[in-house]
Amino acid sequence: MPLLNSLPDYVLTTKTDELINWMRKSSIWYMLFGLACCAIELMHTGGPRADIERFGATPRASARQSDLMIIAGTLTLKMALRTRLLYDQMPDPKYVISMGSCSNCGGLFQLAYSVCDGVDKVIPVDVYVPGCPPRPEALTEGLLKLQEKIMTERWLAKAPAAKGEAA
Amino acid sequence: MSDATEPTLRTEEMTLNMGPQHPSTHGVLRFVIRADGEVMREAVPDVGYLHRSIEKIAEKVGYHGFMPYTDRVDYVCAMFTNQGWGMACEKLAGIEVPRRGEYCRVISTEFNRIASHLLTVGLMGMDIGAMTPFLHALREREMINDLIEELCGARLTFNYMRIGGVAWDLPPGWREKALAYLDHLDPILAEYNALFSYNKICIQRLANVAPISAAEAINYNLVGPNLRACGVKWDVRKDMPYSAYSDFEFDVPIGRGEWGTLGDSMDRYMMRIYEMKESARILRQALTRMPDGPVLAKVVRNFRPPAGECQVRVESARGDQGWYVVSDGSGYPWRVHVRTGSFAAMGIIQKLSRGLMIADLVVLIASLDVIAPEIDR
Amino acid sequence: MEPLQIYERLKVRFGERVLETIEKRSDPFAVIDPAALVEICLYLREDPELAMDCLSNETGVDYKDHLEVVYHLFSYSHRHGAVLKIKLPREEPRVATVEGIWKSANWMEREIFDLVGVNFEGHSDMRRILMPEDWPGHPLRKDFVEPQEYHGISTVRESPIVRLDQHKDQHKKK
Repeated sequence: MPLLNSLPDYVLTTKTDELINWMRKSSIWYMLFGLACCAIELMHTGGPRADIERFGATPRASARQSDLMIIAGTLTLKMALRTRLLYDQMPDPKYVISMGSCSNCGGLFQLAYSVCDGVDKVIPVDVYVPGCPPRPEALTEGLLKLQEKIMTERWLAKAPAAKGEAA
Repeated sequence: MSDATEPTLRTEEMTLNMGPQHPSTHGVLRFVIRADGEVMREAVPDVGYLHRSIEKIAEKVGYHGFMPYTDRVDYVCAMFTNQGWGMACEKLAGIEVPRRGEYCRVISTEFNRIASHLLTVGLMGMDIGAMTPFLHALREREMINDLIEELCGARLTFNYMRIGGVAWDLPPGWREKALAYLDHLDPILAEYNALFSYNKICIQRLANVAPISAAEAINYNLVGPNLRACGVKWDVRKDMPYSAYSDFEFDVPIGRGEWGTLGDSMDRYMMRIYEMKESARILRQALTRMPDGPVLAKVVRNFRPPAGECQVRVESARGDQGWYVVSDGSGYPWRVHVRTGSFAAMGIIQKLSRGLMIADLVVLIASLDVIAPEIDR
Repeated sequence: MEPLQIYERLKVRFGERVLETIEKRSDPFAVIDPAALVEICLYLREDPELAMDCLSNETGVDYKDHLEVVYHLFSYSHRHGAVLKIKLPREEPRVATVEGIWKSANWMEREIFDLVGVNFEGHSDMRRILMPEDWPGHPLRKDFVEPQEYHGISTVRESPIVRLDQHKDQHKKK
């Protein structure tokens, strides 16, 4: 993306929005919200081979310190209320990746009586990553898609409250 | 100025909530902790946040269709649940698995046992606060994931076994890769022990924390490495042999209380290290002596076992799982119940937590190796 | 000891409170009188030749006309096991708890209460364990009807495939 334009070697021109978005997308801290099987793949994604930390994404334990909530696993009805509570605790601007079939649409547990069919019944979702469970590479691609989405946000052109906010 | 009436410090009990989202719990578990400062009066577990009604779904999808769901009962060691379901259906219908199929089952389950124990010991490191052992363990686990992916196509939820055997035979060249991995594993385990298990900090955090006596463990129905750490020598593979385990020579390690009390967290933790070595032994024997033949018995597509019930016990990485299946003669099971090791282990936590510190509760949960889907199913 | 021998000893000792012994192809079991449950279980645990020191599994099953609770017992010292069953009516299923005999029954009976609806008298903590506290009904019963929504979250998910078919029909009409 045309982020930087250099005239002579010591002058760079870019748009403020792009610079701000570039800084923001390079350090998305995600909350450890692993619920089920996808949590193991989430751990593997943060692990040594498909290292997600090289994109700047560090796991945080607390909702108050994170920008991204990766719903990894099946959302039961008992957990759905707590999910809403945790989502509300995250400070703005916040994003949600729904990882795996169970949080996309209920997955193979749509026949279950106690499963909420999809996390988007409770919180708004930005990126859906399909798979059961998705490979670490798939989740990394989901994160990169989120980064692309972040690059399209506008900070100065419109008022912050009315911007194309993901949350 | 007299100090006869010094104001007394008023103390109160705190009620804390730990979970369901917490980096240290093994899945979504919640504890309501009544604590006096750092020392707990009691920690009451609250489970059910991952109850996915797998047992009821069995009644809707039929026998063959239930195999992928068994992976989700315990996703870290999914091969054992696959095997348990397969064995229960085979016992109901009187099907015999071909010899090569049994060997394939043993190989895949023992690899899965090593992978599961690697995750457990790595997570124990993370729960204590050390990030490095976790990455070391994950590095080895990724190599096993590669091997199993070549075998059956999936890294985590395998669906590799079928009623009557396994789905696919070993790919060409896989045996050599597996044996090369086993050669690579032994020095790595020694390195891991030197890094973490025999580390002074680890021993101080784990030894003498929540010891469980053998009688208590049996009363609370603890199984698997938790039971063996208390000194009870019971392993379903040796004592009620199933599948091809009677062909192999292996020891059953039991806890001896070398670092502290018998049956404390260090014993339970070291059980997993010893079991990995034993699994490597079984794997070498199985890989070198595989018989030829088919891997899957002929089973009809609309599988209708005769009416009846059976119970099957499988030695999973977390203990012996009891699969109880009731069939009414139709193509759908009437009732499926799996009694897992983690469910029983949760029952003892409330009693053991009295007098522990909050940081020790984390160590206790990690040493009992509970995992949420086994509790909630 | 074989399970059938164990049931013979129970019959000798308890007479007609052991209702019947079924010898099935895989696992023989004994059906006992619910009122004699605690007594029989205590005997099974205390007798030195039986020594059932572990309640390995406790399951609740809903047969359409009655409910059953199945106990799988095991002895680590003698390496033998037994299966006991009790039959309960559907309307008011209640039976004494065996928590005093084997502590592992605590959580297992809570699960049976939650999912099948059997009330265990004398249990120290009889409340739901897996479902939320305010869940209506007992899910593993055969006549359980799933609620349409829970706390405002609907449990129905319409399939997108249906909408695609409707769209296709609209095209055909044109």
